[in-house]
Amino acid sequence: MNTPDFTLKLRNLSKSYGELAVWADLSLTLESGRTYCLMGASGSGKTTLLRILLGLETAEAGSVKIEYSHEGILPSSPSSGRLPLVSVFQENRLCEDFSPLDNVMLAADPALSRQDIYGELCRLLPEESVLRPVRTLSGGMKRRVAIVRAMLAPSAGILMDEPFTGLDEDTRQSVISYILEKAVGKLLLIATHQEEDITALGATLIRLP
Amino acid sequence: MKMLMKNSYASRAAGNRQGLSAPARRAAVILFWLALWQLASAVIDNSILFASPADVIRSFAAMAPAADFWISTGWTFGKILLGFFTAFLAGILLGSLAFRFRFLKELLAPLVLLAKSIPVASFVILALIWIGSENLSVFISFLVVLPMIYVNTIAGLESTDPKLLEMAAVFSVTLPKRIRFIYIPALLPYLKSSCRVALGMSWKSGIAAEVIGVPAHTIGENLYMAKIYLATSDVFAWTIVIILISAGFEKLFLALLSRIGAWNERCRL
Repeated sequence: MNTPDFTLKLRNLSKSYGELAVWADLSLTLESGRTYCLMGASGSGKTTLLRILLGLETAEAGSVKIEYSHEGILPSSPSSGRLPLVSVFQENRLCEDFSPLDNVMLAADPALSRQDIYGELCRLLPEESVLRPVRTLSGGMKRRVAIVRAMLAPSAGILMDEPFTGLDEDTRQSVISYILEKAVGKLLLIATHQEEDITALGATLIRLP
Repeated sequence: MKMLMKNSYASRAAGNRQGLSAPARRAAVILFWLALWQLASAVIDNSILFASPADVIRSFAAMAPAADFWISTGWTFGKILLGFFTAFLAGILLGSLAFRFRFLKELLAPLVLLAKSIPVASFVILALIWIGSENLSVFISFLVVLPMIYVNTIAGLESTDPKLLEMAAVFSVTLPKRIRFIYIPALLPYLKSSCRVALGMSWKSGIAAEVIGVPAHTIGENLYMAKIYLATSDVFAWTIVIILISAGFEKLFLALLSRIGAWNERCRL
């Protein structure tokens, strides 16, 4: 996929819930092709920041600007002008009655065939689990389905909210290498609590105040 | 739904305690009530007031070979189901539109309230004046079922997980896929539980309408005749026919809905 180089410039963002200010005057620069780890104490607004970037919430002040360093073809976006960013949410948000295969196909790049997606899922999940309803899977398996869905969807960037919760150490390693392989050229922003994720992902740390 | 599940767990636990299989216990329960029925009719000893099981079987034997029995059952069955199905489809369609367009829901709200609160008997009289007795039960079962399906379609669609809808927005999932993967799974449990009630209601109100309107060749007409001739055992026999058909159809229709759900889940993208 021909993903253009872009820079996402967040300038002086402010957000509060009622009296409680999440942050004021937050400025960040995110570049495509790079990996960022977003850290900060609980309640520091990691999820809120991801939601603003996804267009699910709006900041009270400040701006998010996209600057392209050269022209390229962006994967299709629903609302024109918005960067096509996808997400691994804090919750898995899967269609529980459907199989992992259907869940991933729901969002996947139309260029990928059923066989392709089946193969991709088998890289992170036991083969027998790929065709049974998601509701019968363990928490860690569901997490991996949500990750594969985000990695195979057409996007310019992937925002992940604590993607490694419920994964054991071995699985975490293979999930990380899978993510890095699939995210080449894209923006990868991962909210996490664990310091070791930064080195494992080769990421730049962004610490929220 | 939760109540139902609790009940089935409870009954399974009870079954284990008694050490009797579920069908055996069910048969025992039926035998108990049949025996009580026989006992009550023996005590009352008046076949006009209270028919005995034997009287009812005799009524059946007399009715079943007659063509009119099958014609009446067929017509009533057909008319009530026609009303039910049109109301089922119209209810889903209207409910979906009202879910999508809030003003339609607000516009229809007084009408739905009216339809739910007007006694069926008033509807029957009005329908007799407007459309006559022939298609009375079609109209009545339609009118009784429509608001139920409509209200439950809206409730089911409103029960969709907003988090899944957000997910669909983020991943730009198309509307047909949203319907299949998010809306239908949310809607089906509501449709199933409302159909269970609506089917029973359509039978009861449809046949009540027939008894009032007395259209030719219907179960209602037969019940009315049984009343005139004080043929209590005929009333019992017809009632059993109605119960059997409505229970059978309910099972069939709910199985069909479950099939649709399973098909929706399994069908390839």
